[in-house]
Amino acid sequence: MTIAKKAADGSPKVPEDGASAGGEPPALTPTEHVFAITEDQPLTLDSGGALAPVTIAYQTLGELNRDRSNAILVCHALTGDQYLAGKNPATGRPGWWETMVGPGKTLDTNRYFVICSNVLGGCMGTTGPKDIDPSTSEPFGLNFPVITIADMVRAQKRLIDSLSIEQLFCVTGGSMGGMQVLQWAANYPEAVYVAAPIATAARHSAQNIGFHEVGRQAIMADPDWHGGNYYAHKVVPKRGLAVARMAAHITYLSEAALQNKFDRNLQDRAEVSFGFDADFQVESYLRHQGSTFVDRFDANSYLYITRAMDYFDMAAEYGGVLANAFRTTSTEFCIVSFTSDWLYPTAENKAIVRALNAAAARVSFVEVESDKGHDAFLLDEPEMFTTLGGFLQAAAIRRGLA
Amino acid sequence: MSEIADRRSGLAGTARHDRRVVFRPDFPVLAHMILPGARVLDIGCGEGDLLHFLQRERSIDGRGMELSQDGVNASVSRGLSVVQGDADTDLIDYPNGAFDVVILSQSLQVLHYPRLVLEQMLRIGSQAIVSFPNFGYWRVRWDLLLRGRMPLTSDLPVPWYDTVNIHLCTILDFMELCEDMNLNIEQGLTLDRKGNAKTIGKASGRANLLGEQGVFLLEKR
Repeated sequence: MTIAKKAADGSPKVPEDGASAGGEPPALTPTEHVFAITEDQPLTLDSGGALAPVTIAYQTLGELNRDRSNAILVCHALTGDQYLAGKNPATGRPGWWETMVGPGKTLDTNRYFVICSNVLGGCMGTTGPKDIDPSTSEPFGLNFPVITIADMVRAQKRLIDSLSIEQLFCVTGGSMGGMQVLQWAANYPEAVYVAAPIATAARHSAQNIGFHEVGRQAIMADPDWHGGNYYAHKVVPKRGLAVARMAAHITYLSEAALQNKFDRNLQDRAEVSFGFDADFQVESYLRHQGSTFVDRFDANSYLYITRAMDYFDMAAEYGGVLANAFRTTSTEFCIVSFTSDWLYPTAENKAIVRALNAAAARVSFVEVESDKGHDAFLLDEPEMFTTLGGFLQAAAIRRGLA
Repeated sequence: MSEIADRRSGLAGTARHDRRVVFRPDFPVLAHMILPGARVLDIGCGEGDLLHFLQRERSIDGRGMELSQDGVNASVSRGLSVVQGDADTDLIDYPNGAFDVVILSQSLQVLHYPRLVLEQMLRIGSQAIVSFPNFGYWRVRWDLLLRGRMPLTSDLPVPWYDTVNIHLCTILDFMELCEDMNLNIEQGLTLDRKGNAKTIGKASGRANLLGEQGVFLLEKR
């Protein structure tokens, strides 16, 4: 087991494991860690191969209690990272789940030890296609193995084992994070006390695969992609990746959200230009989303992670019957969907609920009224906080944490 | 709670009109029918008041199903395992014998398919508890017979054009359905608004006239 520590850019203090920096409130201080899977025990992959060495970059908040029973694993979405709260050193912006995680918040870092790791195939410190392939001493590029959601979770399990945590109090996450939550609950039921998959699905729909394929083709159509070997050419397929992000971003919102935010309003002009500038505010907004994304995300990671999501079909792993994935589970579930989410709509979330009912699992399900689309799970949604908070509080009492 | 919200809650008659109301006089009567530690599904559980009561009084392993999202969200916030669902269509998802007792409290009359739901209840549970407003109650008959008007009583407080009730029945009607479905009535009670229970004995016609509500504990024969 190797747990190294590295300082985040711009982070002056790196507290020791389990301890806090002097003078700082402990829960406010995310600490950054790296875990390494070494060649003697490579990570087995669904594709048949194995991968080693693998580096897993992760962040922790709060303190692990003496019984090691208060750990919450947060699984991030497609373009998320381990920086769920506190300043993201790559972007300088707040963490992606600042609304949910922190002292006194729903995932209360004064009570829980919150862990979030960058997924396998990612580009924020965990091994992915931009990293060096030891067999060639060149970046992997397309030589990186195709990975699955189960592979990501297998890597996370190694990390959790290395922390000597036998059972996570909770595994939670939205979107692709929710897929990992389901995979955790199915593959390691004894290691998950409660599970809270949010705005997710047990399988990727044809529509979702379709959207992902548009994004991948945009990247691969960019001449700067160079068959995935752009690292050697010292370029980045910025235009393709930006288009992929723009198309995907629309799916994260809702028609109502776009309408309310932009309507047909023009950008810094009184009338249309009779050209192809970003006349409309919505165009300008999407271009901005695309251009900022390329600075923080690796195009090949985008290909690999979207592929992992496309391959996700939990029922298929269990004889076509989703309920079989949860047949013996004692994990308690709370599933949350949003009314305006058309990427992972309520129907997909309810399919999970139905399967859990059929497996006689303890399950709660709430659909939160929101016009913010899929991204609602990242935003200030008080109903989500109160229901998840109530669910966690009841579980904490049973687990002896409250 | 507004009329519309009432309708969404899928509860009629003695529906909770206020979040502060956490106790109904029929709760202890229902609790008496349930063994400690039983696995219980409450269909139309509202904000989870009955489940909460049964957890406290009977240490049940409780689950709920509720049509209104407000009710579900309130229940989950209280730490109860409740899913949003429609009793008419969603009970089919539960496996056989998953529960010791399945409760349908004050919701029978709002269902589209009460008979099918009863069948499902006794498929997924060993026992079923059903309570409903008795349309044979003398005040109901009075309104219809002498006033020539649709009944308005404490159990049926909503005028005909606004009520969610679509399948009202009398205690005798319900007992006939149980007979038809080959169900054993383990216990049959009438309840008044204060929660006073009387056993329905041989004189079921009298109970049908004097009982405001019927409560039945059922098993398959």
